[in-house]
Amino acid sequence: MKSQSLLLSALKADRGGQVLLGLLAIAAVAVPVFNLLVPEGSFFHLSTYTVTLFGKYLCYALLAIAVDLVWGYCGILSLGHTAFFALGGYAIGMYLMRQIGPRGVYGDPILPDFMVFLNWKELPWFWEGMNHFPVALLMVVLIPGLLALGFGWLAFRSRVTGVYLSIMTQALTFALLLAFFRNEMGFGGNNGLTDFKELLGFDLKTPGMRVALFLTTVSALAIGYIGCRYVIASRLGRVVQAVRDAEGRTRFIGYQVESYKLWIWVFSAMLAGIAGALYVPQVGIINPGEFAPINSIEVVIWVAVGGRGTLYGAVAGAVLVNYAKTWFTAAFPEIWLYALGALFVVATLFLPKGVVGLIPSRKEKLA
Amino acid sequence: MSASPATTGPVGLRTKPTGKRRSTNAPSPDLSHNIILYVEGVTKSFDGFKALNDLSIYIETGELRCIIGPNGAGKTTMMDVITGKTQPDTGSVWFGQTIDLLGLTEPEIAQAGIGRKFQKPTVFPEHSVFENLELAMACDKSVWKILFAKLNALQRERIDEVLGIIGLKDQRHAKAGALSHGQKQWLEIGMLLMQDPLVLLVDEPVAGMTPQETERTAELLVGLAGKHSVVVVEHDMNFVRSIARKVTVLHEGHVLAEGSMDEVQNDPQVKRVYLGE
Amino acid sequence: MIHFTTSLRRCWLAACFAASLPLLAQEPSTAADAAAETVASAEAAPAVPTAFPDVLRALGGASLSERSALLDALLAAKHPNTAAVLQAWLEDHLHVRDADGAVFITAETDAGYALTDPATLATSGPEPADGFSKVGSNNSLRKLLRSALASFTLGSPDAEVRLSAVKEMLRAPDESTLNVLRERRAIETDAAVQAAIDAGLAYADLTSDNADTRLAAVNVLSGSLAGETIAKLEALRDPANEPDERVRSAAAVAISSISLKRSLYSGIETLFFGLSLGSVLVLAAIGLAITFGVMGVINMAHGELMMIGAYTAYVVQLLLPNHLTASILISIPAAFLVSGLVGIAIERGVVKHLYGRPLETLLATFGISLILQQLVRSIFSPLNRSVATPEFMSGQWVINDALSLTWNRLYIVLFTLVVFAALQLILRRTSLGLTVRAVSQNRAMARSMGINSDRVDAITFGLGSGIAGVAGVALSQLTNVGPNLGQSYIIDSFMVVVFGGVGNLWGTLIGGMTLGVAGKLLEPAVGAVMAKIAMLVFIILFIQRRKQGLFPQKGRAAEGH
Repeated sequence: MKSQSLLLSALKADRGGQVLLGLLAIAAVAVPVFNLLVPEGSFFHLSTYTVTLFGKYLCYALLAIAVDLVWGYCGILSLGHTAFFALGGYAIGMYLMRQIGPRGVYGDPILPDFMVFLNWKELPWFWEGMNHFPVALLMVVLIPGLLALGFGWLAFRSRVTGVYLSIMTQALTFALLLAFFRNEMGFGGNNGLTDFKELLGFDLKTPGMRVALFLTTVSALAIGYIGCRYVIASRLGRVVQAVRDAEGRTRFIGYQVESYKLWIWVFSAMLAGIAGALYVPQVGIINPGEFAPINSIEVVIWVAVGGRGTLYGAVAGAVLVNYAKTWFTAAFPEIWLYALGALFVVATLFLPKGVVGLIPSRKEKLA
Repeated sequence: MSASPATTGPVGLRTKPTGKRRSTNAPSPDLSHNIILYVEGVTKSFDGFKALNDLSIYIETGELRCIIGPNGAGKTTMMDVITGKTQPDTGSVWFGQTIDLLGLTEPEIAQAGIGRKFQKPTVFPEHSVFENLELAMACDKSVWKILFAKLNALQRERIDEVLGIIGLKDQRHAKAGALSHGQKQWLEIGMLLMQDPLVLLVDEPVAGMTPQETERTAELLVGLAGKHSVVVVEHDMNFVRSIARKVTVLHEGHVLAEGSMDEVQNDPQVKRVYLGE
Repeated sequence: MIHFTTSLRRCWLAACFAASLPLLAQEPSTAADAAAETVASAEAAPAVPTAFPDVLRALGGASLSERSALLDALLAAKHPNTAAVLQAWLEDHLHVRDADGAVFITAETDAGYALTDPATLATSGPEPADGFSKVGSNNSLRKLLRSALASFTLGSPDAEVRLSAVKEMLRAPDESTLNVLRERRAIETDAAVQAAIDAGLAYADLTSDNADTRLAAVNVLSGSLAGETIAKLEALRDPANEPDERVRSAAAVAISSISLKRSLYSGIETLFFGLSLGSVLVLAAIGLAITFGVMGVINMAHGELMMIGAYTAYVVQLLLPNHLTASILISIPAAFLVSGLVGIAIERGVVKHLYGRPLETLLATFGISLILQQLVRSIFSPLNRSVATPEFMSGQWVINDALSLTWNRLYIVLFTLVVFAALQLILRRTSLGLTVRAVSQNRAMARSMGINSDRVDAITFGLGSGIAGVAGVALSQLTNVGPNLGQSYIIDSFMVVVFGGVGNLWGTLIGGMTLGVAGKLLEPAVGAVMAKIAMLVFIILFIQRRKQGLFPQKGRAAEGH
């Protein structure tokens, strides 16, 4: 009861969050209508491609929230969050691979194609049980969570902070990138996991399934947002921000700073894992490229552009930058990296609070 | 000049029953010998420079102790050692009879009942004054408890009370970062009060304060003594004179003299160090 | 049938060759006797001319089978130009003019053949190629030619030439070649050539019928380092091949001694690979050690500054295509300047505004790295470019059969040490270094003493960036130059700096070398990728234990807050 009322008050004070949740609710109604009910030739028809594209953006948004939670609120600049994202994606990808069953190119009822291709005779132990959806779902949060727990425990306990920590997170994802490229790892090596057929018995290619995945993503983002909002508005959120602003002081008033960092870090990693798990069925592939350090740094720039330290800003940043990326890479592929690079510089030099930081200042001027 | 117990009225200090003060897992010190803090034979050197040199200091329960000494005498390093920020090379630090502080981390020491105010006021700039006090409040500070923690009426009352003591009632919703230097000093003292510690280590509390503020601080600290043990490091001799019962003079990481203000001022060694005689 | 004739011919040719070396063979061996008989039985063949010009003329008209006899005659004529003729013959540059049957050494030109008279070395021509027929050769003839040429070069004053001649002759040795070599051994002065001949003779002795000879050969070979020696000795351990117990046990002892030495040398080689990898790491990291270590500025575009250095080397080489060595030497200062100036521009334009905000600096400089990469793609195309290696850096330094070091890696190690020493000199001995260190230790104090800290920041950043550019030139000698060149080094460089201890150049040097050697030591056991992962994990764990790196910065300030 107590926590519920706290949750309500947390949302009441959050104008941007209300707008965001409203938009998500509208999308949840409008997207199925315009995609499934409006006939294909119509001007108002929303193509399945667009539905999937926006579904992808919303997965990125959830990932951005996860990064904002540790960076914007706790001051831990993670340059390796796509590692958790990719691990979540691999977990669901393994389930989707097992669902292919005998419909693979080699027709093996148990072994995925790439294992047959590598002449493997039996399933590696860590693939056991991944044909059960609940197990896969558990792994989506468990694996990123455990990795974050191990890494965070080591890093925070020895008080590695700032740039050092950032570089270490980058090394973490880089090491995973190298590891997953190896065929021996048992995750499809270079090609990763792909050629998915169905999820829970539903064909992934149908528009209905696409819309269902989109709606799942919308609800996950909404729930994730509300969850994070609660955390931030709780006293734990205030402690975490206190750690960001004056770590030593927080210690001297009796808080085990390491535990708080670890808690928020693992929570964030799990969110990232969920984002990855939603992402993979929509794009239809997961490969080691997702671990590339540059991806993680890009996530940070979404948050910086949107406005770190505001959760809805992270969402706005993720959608804006990725929309721009889609548009640029189609229209001016040459320019995109210049634009992205410039975005990094401009956002850090001139937009310390991101684009959402611009909105209240205008209001203040009017008033 | 010294404030009589009666004048603690405006300060309005009350000590909450200790049972609910701290988390159950924090040990409480055994004060059976009336000494709350033992610092014995502590040496700490930084790259050859001996910041503390076989330092021994004993703080009695409820005592108000002032520590003075020239720059580099080791005052701040001593506080760092007591609060767990710095590990000494040799020596021992005990809290009461049973708690070895050298084996504890900073938050464990804070939870055990040793509060500290820094020389440079450090508050949480992005939090409101109210939130700063809320964060400092003595309670179970484990992660899951804090995630679902909510202020009860008693705790709100206590925060209001401390807001009154430190004169920041009107600024309760202001960001701490926006306060003036003196107000930050007060806020930090308020945070110390919220922690409700057994020992308060106070590093230069009146730096940058107006004479009125200084006087209020003197009152406050004197009022705290008795129920709490208070250790004050200060350069301002008038301030020290106004509050001190017992003064310890540190020099080159070692105790040079100890006694009443008059005694130490007439000590030939102290004279030599301070006046270069 | 064909089989029969070819094997017959081979026999005949071999015999002729053996007989053709009477001047070299002192004692007629049994094989030589047999050859003499064969020659005698081939009396039906036309009389073999003896004078050099006559032999040549005969060569033009002779059939393939007759040519081997004529080769003997050619050798017997002892004309000073014999080697040139043999060489031309071997390379199909010996032609006969159809019109008059004259034989020439030819060189192809647009207008036909340029002609050289073998006897006088007088040149003439060119004449149309269709008036000539090739004096051809076949496999066995070419073998004879090579061997004959080798025995010619065996008399060369250059030991290297003799050594390769010995190796050529030992490729398919027969009794006569062995005799030639034995004779050479007696007068040979060069140790390497002696050893090569000894080994070759010993190989031959291993098949001797006499157990003592074999034993002696095994003892000789136990000093060898070549991998094939082990294979040959291995065969002797089998009682089926080697009846004599003494030889078998001597072979076993020799094998273990050779293997031991070989593993020692391969250890040295691994160490060298490790040091050269470490040098690359140090080169990549040392500029960073200045910007990050001394200034505390994190520069994610550091790798791209290396890339710019590498492209500078590429451009300089484009401008001076015919002066490889000069272009490399010029590109070192050029790259220093170009990367240094880009670095100063980055510092003035962006980093300056972000001092004290390390995480923002990290992001902004990462943005710059993206822009620089794309800039290079736009200017030079996204494809990899290669920078040619000058003569003195290519090839390898062969120390012995088990150990050879590539020159380019050796130079990189030396170059790294030179760069390191130069940098130390700048920081320790110049007034610039003094001000740089002063600003890095206490900015306010330095400023109050009249140091223009803004200028010092720019110059320090420029220095670190310039070193990155120089590192890029070195990298261009090891790998292809491409827009992604720098990306792959940024994490490694940071690891080296952090591992060695921030703000400590010696730490960077030792840290980089340690990581390089450790990586190469791990590689054979677990593979390159796992070695890399292991190193990353190791450093992550290491930083947990010792936050300050191998060589922590000393002082009270380092205690941390």
